[in-house]
Amino acid sequence: MADIDLPHLCRLAQLALDGAEADAARADLERIIDMVDRMQAFDTDGVEPLAHPLGTAARLRPDEVTEQVDRDRFQALAPAVQDGMYLVPRVVE
Amino acid sequence: MQPFAPLAELARGLRAREFSSRELTRSFLDRIRDHNATLNCFITVDEDRALAQADAADQRLAEGGATALTGIPIAHKDVFCTAGLRTTCGSRMLANFRAPYDATAVARLDAAGAVTLGKTNMDEFAMGSSNENSHFGPVANPWDPARVPGGSSGGSAAAVAAGLTPLATGTDTGGSIRQPAAFCGVTGIKPTYGRVSRYGMVAFASSLDQGGVFAASAAEAAVALAVMSGFDPLDSTSADQVDPWLNGLGDSHLAAPAEAPVIGLPRQYFEGLQDGGAALEDARRTLEKAGCRFVDVDLPHTDAAIPAYYIIAGAEASTNLSRYDGVRFGHRCENPQSLEDLYRRSRTEGFGAEVKRRILTGTYALSVGYFDAYYLKAQKLRRLIQNDFLAAFGSVDLILAPTTPGTAFPQGDLTDDPVAMYQQDIFTTPASLAGLPAMSVPCGFADGLPLGLQLIGPHFGERAVLETAALYQQHTDWHTRHPGAYA
Repeated sequence: MADIDLPHLCRLAQLALDGAEADAARADLERIIDMVDRMQAFDTDGVEPLAHPLGTAARLRPDEVTEQVDRDRFQALAPAVQDGMYLVPRVVE
Repeated sequence: MQPFAPLAELARGLRAREFSSRELTRSFLDRIRDHNATLNCFITVDEDRALAQADAADQRLAEGGATALTGIPIAHKDVFCTAGLRTTCGSRMLANFRAPYDATAVARLDAAGAVTLGKTNMDEFAMGSSNENSHFGPVANPWDPARVPGGSSGGSAAAVAAGLTPLATGTDTGGSIRQPAAFCGVTGIKPTYGRVSRYGMVAFASSLDQGGVFAASAAEAAVALAVMSGFDPLDSTSADQVDPWLNGLGDSHLAAPAEAPVIGLPRQYFEGLQDGGAALEDARRTLEKAGCRFVDVDLPHTDAAIPAYYIIAGAEASTNLSRYDGVRFGHRCENPQSLEDLYRRSRTEGFGAEVKRRILTGTYALSVGYFDAYYLKAQKLRRLIQNDFLAAFGSVDLILAPTTPGTAFPQGDLTDDPVAMYQQDIFTTPASLAGLPAMSVPCGFADGLPLGLQLIGPHFGERAVLETAALYQQHTDWHTRHPGAYA
């Protein structure tokens, strides 16, 4: 059975799972990892990993300013802003 | 107005001024009003916006400059950003999100004069094979409301199947267009990776996500695909691929293939098939009579596709979804006590169970000590799966396979077993990992439920895929069958 350190994964993923939700997530994750362990049966020695289906490198464009960020338009979506800044709880006391 | 009239007939009627786009749009809006309570295939419908677009289309039809899609209603999967029309991605996280811009695919369809009826329901963040993972509730299959429509583009597939829209966009990461197309008895195409811009398509797994379309036939899907596709400088993975035949498909008359293709039958896809073996055999005979030749092909790494897919897609999802932090947009928890608390509670409240599972799977695969054993291993298997296809395409033009292991399953049947749910994608994930164009075409029924056959082509081989599907549809009428309650 897969060794799942759920609190560690939740910390990395910034999720808070407690009680029944955590138990269910751990059980599901164990089953999923057991399923994906089927991969280990295939010999992949010397195979080059495929990260992009067309194998092409990311395209570059000329380093020119093409558009200006419209701060007001984008900040209209934010839960809390003030004077053009995003508001979050105090980080430094 | 006949809800299942062919697209070419609608375009002709609009140009001949037999009816206006406003009348056509109104008739589909009325059908949505009548049926959405039972089907739940739309999350958002904006009648005023749709009718304003229809009026603009009517003006264009009167003044000239109309395209094959001018005045034609369409629905967009709620993963595509639409300026001024909310984009939820089926998630509580984005339940009130109004994108500040249009997705490129949407902008191109708008520019062609298509009329947006609304946004269709989907599994949250496109993660699912049953449309049961939507924050906005499950979608019913028009052929049997107790069954799932497939996912993740279940709302789009069900809306086309029920005649609530002639066209609908979708996205396909591991089968999310093809599987619901098969379950709902409609035609759906996932193009080659890079064919349709991902700009403004809410990201799930960036190396797999690809936009596409649902329609009543291959010819109709081709018309919409021609408009949606093409190079986009705003998507760094957009393919700089120019195909004059695709751009010239404005009149919705897809030709039969100039030379009947040689089609491969992958042995691995026919083992473990629950329903549809006889229908696929009939389809083979139909295409053989039409001149196609069939040979067996071997795709030996097919069994590795599901595990490799769920690692790669999970890893990319865990990265992509880290942007939802409750700060800049999306759901924010009440009264956060600290920045950490803000992140955690916003994400925990905003994401549903399946999205959390995928994020945790991806986080596990990318974490120290597991990266090589899972993520790198999956990428190596992805190479072997792609190599299988490339080798097969050395001797065949196309591959024919089932789209799904069986017909649409009852709602709730697989919700408690994510691994069993993932197995639904067994025949669709390989082409996704390889970045190949693939489509699902109705090919019969089992116990009154639709079955789909899948045609897979080489990279940028959409022409052979679409033309062969059109050839099949010239000789069969499965794609003209409609669910009784909506006919």
